[in-house]
Amino acid sequence: MTLRVDLKHRFAEFSLDLGFDVPDGITVLFGRSGSGKSTVLRAIAGIFKPDQARIVLSDRVLCDSEAGPCLPPQKRRIGMIFQDARLFPHLTVAQNLDFGRRFSKRDVPAHAVTQMVDMLGIGALLDRRPEGLSGGEQQRVAIGRALLSGAEMILADEPLAALDEARKAEILPYFERLRDEIAIPVLYVSHSPAEVARLATTVIALEAGRVIGQGSAEAVLGDPAVLPVGAGGAGALIRATVRAHHADGLTELDAGGEALFLPRLMADPGHPVRLRIAAHEVILSPDRPVGLSALNILSGTIAEVSEAQGSAVLVALQTGAGRVLARVTTRSVAALGLCEGAPCHAVIKTASIAQDNLA
Amino acid sequence: MLSLETTGLGPEEWQAIALSLKVAFWAALASLPFGIFIAYALARWDFPGRQLLNGLVHLPLVLPPVVTGYLLLMTLGTRAPLGAFLQNFGIVFSFRWTGAALAAAIMGFPLMVRAIRLSIEAVDARLEEAASTLGASPLHVFFRVTLPLSWPGILAGAVLAFAKALGEFGATITFVSNIPGQTRTLPSAIYAFLQVPGGESAALRLVLISIALAMGALILSEVLARRVSKRLSGGGRS
Repeated sequence: MTLRVDLKHRFAEFSLDLGFDVPDGITVLFGRSGSGKSTVLRAIAGIFKPDQARIVLSDRVLCDSEAGPCLPPQKRRIGMIFQDARLFPHLTVAQNLDFGRRFSKRDVPAHAVTQMVDMLGIGALLDRRPEGLSGGEQQRVAIGRALLSGAEMILADEPLAALDEARKAEILPYFERLRDEIAIPVLYVSHSPAEVARLATTVIALEAGRVIGQGSAEAVLGDPAVLPVGAGGAGALIRATVRAHHADGLTELDAGGEALFLPRLMADPGHPVRLRIAAHEVILSPDRPVGLSALNILSGTIAEVSEAQGSAVLVALQTGAGRVLARVTTRSVAALGLCEGAPCHAVIKTASIAQDNLA
Repeated sequence: MLSLETTGLGPEEWQAIALSLKVAFWAALASLPFGIFIAYALARWDFPGRQLLNGLVHLPLVLPPVVTGYLLLMTLGTRAPLGAFLQNFGIVFSFRWTGAALAAAIMGFPLMVRAIRLSIEAVDARLEEAASTLGASPLHVFFRVTLPLSWPGILAGAVLAFAKALGEFGATITFVSNIPGQTRTLPSAIYAFLQVPGGESAALRLVLISIALAMGALILSEVLARRVSKRLSGGGRS
């Protein structure tokens, strides 16, 4: 099942003009606040009317502003998870979960409810009202409510943004299970690089109402043109598998044949992991450095040097492990003669990739 | 000497009390669906003439009641075209208790709409949005989300209209006169007792009863509204 979206809308401050496809898996719509991400989601759900729109879910035309009136939200069969959970305060958790089921054209069997309740771990909450629940619990119920409405697609509008770090860590695994266990396309809006790295199958990067990059998470995050959300944001994504755990507390990963070391991971050998390597944590060196404390050195060739942003430049290095982004100064670029095609080494501190950027 | 213990209520007084309760009950109940609809339209819809409708609803609050009563007589009296037309179907308002209820309903309508409108406006429109993405049609959204969440205000509005109807005098007496057993409600009865020599004691008894009924209605509305809002905010399990 695929969603095709083409939208045009003129706001006072900027205009929206974009088109993209959403395949199965989690597609993250990525961009800084005000780039139009939420508006796109609201247009797809039908709770915002853009000037021009054509929205097609597999072969069902949800909206074609040239052909006639668009389907109202209740006929689109698209579930939405909001930043604020928006549970109905006058209903219990069980009644909230059941809300969409009674309107569903598709029969959602009773065992699907039990299954969902188990998956989300909300069995103990069923008789309670939303008010007494924590933010994380409320969001879990909201996820279940959207999935049980018989939706053919899920939209998630920064579902973690209102939660603290601990609650985020509580919810993220449920989205991973959604991606891996339930074959339903999810369009997920976020401005957090960590969430993108962990969840995205596909990434669509937005800037001022336009698509500036789309493709696999590795390709888009490794593209210096997609400078995501400010200085701290840029960072490439690398896929690896756990190779071995060492006695000194380090875990060795295999990334395209290259070895990477990081502090002990809670994953069995053979398990796939995704690493986000923040661009400002990477040091470049034309010669293979010796006598450094850093354990991870990837060698490759420079694929791209971005235009200078102040005194800083993003350099994309194609290595055996995949693309790595490094944020360096213009002075270093000149001094080291960094240019496209030049061989280079990336030095990555072990501790810097051991954050919550793993999955 | 006046004394409540020794002077029981006469049949005429009982009649006035029972009639008042009947008129006020039906006035509040029959106007409630209209009150909810108008309040919802004013709170949630943007349409041309919205301000006009708002003004029209509030008009009875500021017009002299005798004017409202006179306008009713002009439109629904047996000799008025609309009144004559309705008479063909057996619907008669003038000089009947139903007319008293209609006059009371119109006088209480602004209070009712105001209370309900405020509570509908307090319902988070984002919840209605969420309900529509879950497949609920606008009608379902209204009955499953908006209406249950605005119960406290609807209840308060209905009780306010009831209390107002108990005390309505000017429009009622203009429209349907002061006929014992048919249109002589508490205020009309008090007025009538005050017109005859020696009627003061009966009038005073009815005055005290009026006060008690009005206070009772207001307290009841407070208690009910508090209980409902506690249930809605999740204070207890259902």
